[in-house]
Amino acid sequence: MSTTATTSNALEKRARAVLASAAAPDARMAAREFVDQVNRDAAFQLETCVRCGQCADACHFYLVTRDSRYTPVYKLRPMLRAYQRERAPFAAVKRRLGLAPPEVTAAELSEWSELLYDACNLCGRCTLACPMGIDIAGLVRRAREGMSAAGFAPADLYKVAERALDSGSPVGIGWPTLKRQIEEQEKETGLKIPVDVEGADYLVILSSIEIASFPETIGALARIFKQAKVSWTVPSAGFEATNIGVQIGSRDVAAALLSRVVEAAERLKVKYVISPECGHAYSALRWEGPNLLGRPYPFKVVQIMELLDQLVREGRLRTRGKDTRRFAFHDPCQLVRRGGITEAPRRVMGGVSERVVELPSPGEANFCCGGGGGVSAIRRAEKLRFAAFACKKQQVETAGAEALVTACANCRNVLEEAIDTYHMTLPVLGLTELVAQYLEPDPAPALR
Amino acid sequence: MELLEFARGPALWFSLFVLVTGSAWRIIAIFRLGTKTDLSEPRSTRRFAAALRGIFARMIPRKEFRQGGKLGVFGGYFYHLGLAAIVFGYLPHILFIERLTGVAWPPLPEALVYLAVGPTFIGLLMVLLERLTDPVLRLLSGFDDYFSWFVVFLPLLTGMAALGSAYPQPTLSGAPLYPLPLAIHLLSVELLFLWLPFGNLAHAFLVFISRGVTGVALARKGAAL
Repeated sequence: MSTTATTSNALEKRARAVLASAAAPDARMAAREFVDQVNRDAAFQLETCVRCGQCADACHFYLVTRDSRYTPVYKLRPMLRAYQRERAPFAAVKRRLGLAPPEVTAAELSEWSELLYDACNLCGRCTLACPMGIDIAGLVRRAREGMSAAGFAPADLYKVAERALDSGSPVGIGWPTLKRQIEEQEKETGLKIPVDVEGADYLVILSSIEIASFPETIGALARIFKQAKVSWTVPSAGFEATNIGVQIGSRDVAAALLSRVVEAAERLKVKYVISPECGHAYSALRWEGPNLLGRPYPFKVVQIMELLDQLVREGRLRTRGKDTRRFAFHDPCQLVRRGGITEAPRRVMGGVSERVVELPSPGEANFCCGGGGGVSAIRRAEKLRFAAFACKKQQVETAGAEALVTACANCRNVLEEAIDTYHMTLPVLGLTELVAQYLEPDPAPALR
Repeated sequence: MELLEFARGPALWFSLFVLVTGSAWRIIAIFRLGTKTDLSEPRSTRRFAAALRGIFARMIPRKEFRQGGKLGVFGGYFYHLGLAAIVFGYLPHILFIERLTGVAWPPLPEALVYLAVGPTFIGLLMVLLERLTDPVLRLLSGFDDYFSWFVVFLPLLTGMAALGSAYPQPTLSGAPLYPLPLAIHLLSVELLFLWLPFGNLAHAFLVFISRGVTGVALARKGAAL
């Protein structure tokens, strides 16, 4: 058995052990994991909170419900207590004097499951607002490690994680389905979509939502890459970009899923992996990935918006005409606020849209769609998610946008559902597809 | 031993010892927790600049978060700036620090310092009132928060009471004519010194590290600070 296969098996084994915890939730295990999660930087942040409450006013869940429990920093309370009890600088003295906080209980953790999962998109707006510089969203991500390892994550997320480990996709999409969609798009575009081409420059991975709900994205990429003369390929294994592991908050699940993509990239010897229109997929692959696997990648990660922007600037991607509707860009939190990709999608959109309007508090301070951070996969959170959309709705109406454009298939899905729920009429478009729609016509015969 | 002698002598040195060792202990203990090297490819490697930007960027709320914010944000500015003016700009305080450290600087005009007392006082009361009445702050707050407020407010109160402690010499050395208010003021400051390393008043030094590490983490992704 090769080293890669052995590593993959070990990762799978650890990931499945995390899922098994759902059968027997254990508060002590959660506390141990909370404590392990508090490293130097996290400790400085936890210790600095002055309980000013400003993070509440940044959180859409609090803003729409006025429920104080949704105050972002309050969501960290079990982790803070475990840390203060076990590892904080004066913990031993306080325990001896009977001044340490009590141990976290299973009942508390069950209550906090709603706060840490249903009511948090990991969107990071609270982080941006915190005057003490506390990365609250990052700490929630850490707290979820304790919750998921000890059986306190929502049951829906454990199921999704299991499905992803079993089938490679959170919704059970396998290669046969993707193959069908690829063939469909080949017919649609008249272009050959390269699969498993060793030595291609770029590896395209996709989110299940794109494959299932927006397969036109595949055809759009084919047309864009043809014009820009990009050497690319789709892998028949390891094509799933989404990563439920970073959402449920399990490094083991995340690493097991991510390793499949990395193995595909290494097998096909590509120079770049393109992170598709999916916010958390970018976080998982670009920022968490090397740390999850414990090694840097032998390839570079590029987000599709960055690549499109680069191709336009290099003159390799040319568009003709512009859409005349009032387009507003919905900033996917993990790409923009947490990922630093703010201007590229705006430049790309400006190339195909005549009337770009900005939503109030655009870019880094945007409101999440409400479904990020795994919330869209939690059925019990649906009502709260739609309630949280009220912030976005108000912004859309203020800006007078006639359509929303975004660069995340999950945002797109969540926005469409919310728009339906609120009986609004507002199309939501994917930026890659929009660009493909306005490509300068190719004079050469299409099929090759 | 007179109360003032005690406050200026053993009580002061003990409280300073606790302040310094307690603060050092807290910082070192956290540093010892360590952190793993981030293996992802950074967008920016200018860590020092990012830390500084992180520290300064958070001093004023972003415009998106100014509306509908807590009253305490303004109260916070009032009493932080007011306390800075009083502690570091009032001549008797500078002379006190000079006696301890040998370091001195020109004082602020006395009238300005007296003027600063008002906003400081009001600012502190505002944040307490909000902490007691705002549902979010009430939920978040505990003993640490209220006691920390108390040990900051007390020196301000006792300091105002000690304003009449005239000195026989203009250098403010020797025994004041009315030593009791001054002794009580000093003891209240010493209580603050004793508490500072252990409660959330430690944000006085922790905030720079917290903002710095977050600044570095966000800047390496190219994200907004």
